[in-house]
Amino acid sequence: MITNNKQNMLIWIGLAISAVVPLLLPNYITVLTYIWVMIILALTWDMLGGQTGYTSFGNILFFGVGMYVSAVVQRDMFSSGLDRFERVSEIVVNLNASEYFVSLAVGTLAGAIVAVILAVILGSGILGMRGHYFAICTLGLGHAAAEIASGIDYIGAGSGMVTPIYPGELALSKEAFYYYAFMLFAIVTFFLFRKIYQSQFGLALNAIRDNENKAESMGIHTTQYKIAGWSIAAFFLAIAGAGVGNVIGFIDPVEIAFSGPTFGVWMIVMAILGGKGTIWGPVLGAVILYSAKETFWTYLLGWDKVALGLLIVIIVVYFPKGILGYFKERKQLSNSILSQKGEG
Amino acid sequence: MDQLNVKSVDKAYGGVIANHDVSLTVPEGKIVGIIGPNGSGKTTLFNSIVGHHPIDSGEIHFNGKEISSLTIPQIARLGMLRTFQQTHIYGKMTCVQNMQISSDIDANWKRIFNPFSKEVDEMVDELLAFVGLYKKRFLLAGDLSFGQQKLLEFAMALMKKPTILLLDEPTAGVNPTLINGLIDRLRQVNEEKGITLLVIEHNMRVIMNLAEHIYCLANGTMLADGKPDDIQNDQRVIDAYLGN
Repeated sequence: MITNNKQNMLIWIGLAISAVVPLLLPNYITVLTYIWVMIILALTWDMLGGQTGYTSFGNILFFGVGMYVSAVVQRDMFSSGLDRFERVSEIVVNLNASEYFVSLAVGTLAGAIVAVILAVILGSGILGMRGHYFAICTLGLGHAAAEIASGIDYIGAGSGMVTPIYPGELALSKEAFYYYAFMLFAIVTFFLFRKIYQSQFGLALNAIRDNENKAESMGIHTTQYKIAGWSIAAFFLAIAGAGVGNVIGFIDPVEIAFSGPTFGVWMIVMAILGGKGTIWGPVLGAVILYSAKETFWTYLLGWDKVALGLLIVIIVVYFPKGILGYFKERKQLSNSILSQKGEG
Repeated sequence: MDQLNVKSVDKAYGGVIANHDVSLTVPEGKIVGIIGPNGSGKTTLFNSIVGHHPIDSGEIHFNGKEISSLTIPQIARLGMLRTFQQTHIYGKMTCVQNMQISSDIDANWKRIFNPFSKEVDEMVDELLAFVGLYKKRFLLAGDLSFGQQKLLEFAMALMKKPTILLLDEPTAGVNPTLINGLIDRLRQVNEEKGITLLVIEHNMRVIMNLAEHIYCLANGTMLADGKPDDIQNDQRVIDAYLGN
């Protein structure tokens, strides 16, 4: 296995490049921002999906909740309240720079906290279920959330809502701000998650993945670990959601916030393609899948989804354990051959 | 003093009576055996004791405390651990990781996001050496042979510093040379660490040598109990095994 030090060196080189790229390719800055978003999405999904072996189809719920809660806080924190006769979806709040960033920070944090509370409540209900039963239970979460959000007038119901306009007087453009914010956040997420996976907590998650009955009979409170894992994922996912809402500037319950067919599926596909249950797998999967998606969309418009589907099929057939899972397995194989030789 | 006391436990799966009026006592620091033909309810009794399923009636006392309504992790943390007939290990983790996670991680939950402490790692090395798996410590547990997995599972149980171990057929599927080593180690942990052992075993040579007191189950009821010699010569036990 590559040591942390070697990994860190690679990371710093990658980061130096990432920090400069938006200056060189200003037209691609939004696409590059989304790559960081995708990395966060895939990493958070992998906490339960890969490390704990619990496939969740409902993580998009936390993404959308973070987005909505943050947007509401940003809208209402410094404005005098809603005008009764205005349509909520048309309210556009203008804030000065300090108001904008304070409300953004408070809103993001509030979104993350609400998501964690939701994860704890939902988790205590459904994380007692094992394996496929849990997966099926999460299927409806995103869809139900979208339906509920579509019915609440306070957040614009089905017409959605608009996030505050980025203050124009700043030297740093909106695109650049969110690019670097997401880059920083993805890095923080990566290092924190890596630390978690190398800790006792991470090993407990792996133990649940490998043999939950055994973990339980050894005195590990498995449900509590699963809930804690899901809550950590929800926290980071909600922060990403809050940011994405502001990048897009408009929140729609079905198409954006609780969008199962896009963000909701991508986070799963990316983690699995890269190699679930590894720290680098989701990162790799996110970069590959999102780059491919954008490339296909640019050059094969009309056939882009077909090409993307083909790519997924190819990877699943040749790398069923994901790209990194494939290399990890070969590494283990050579390890075990080596040790057998050493014995003989 | 009786460490484990099972009083007339009943357990039925639907219409199938797996245990009926089963009682046994395990004195502290002893090795007690359970034998019986296949399907006589031995593993069901283990499952009842460790809280795997609720019992229909009866009482189970551990160190004087009623435990029949506690959950598996709660009972495990009281110091009673079991191993399985089929090995239960964490296949995609290395032997060292299997051992580390078996340490008492909840005891210092404030350090839960830290790596394992030096004391834990030292204990891991010591116990892996004890069961003879030190050389294989960085292999995935799933790549070990069945016998080695049994040894690993035994070592994992010791990581928890249990006061009583419930072993479900520890020698089944283990090759004869390993069996002797395993028996020595079982005796050793019993004598040196003072761990009480309750052992289900089909291998008569093993159980007669190991246990000081043996219970024999047949058709879900307690058929006989006594010293190994008495059990060996008990006509009812012989009949149960030969199918009369």
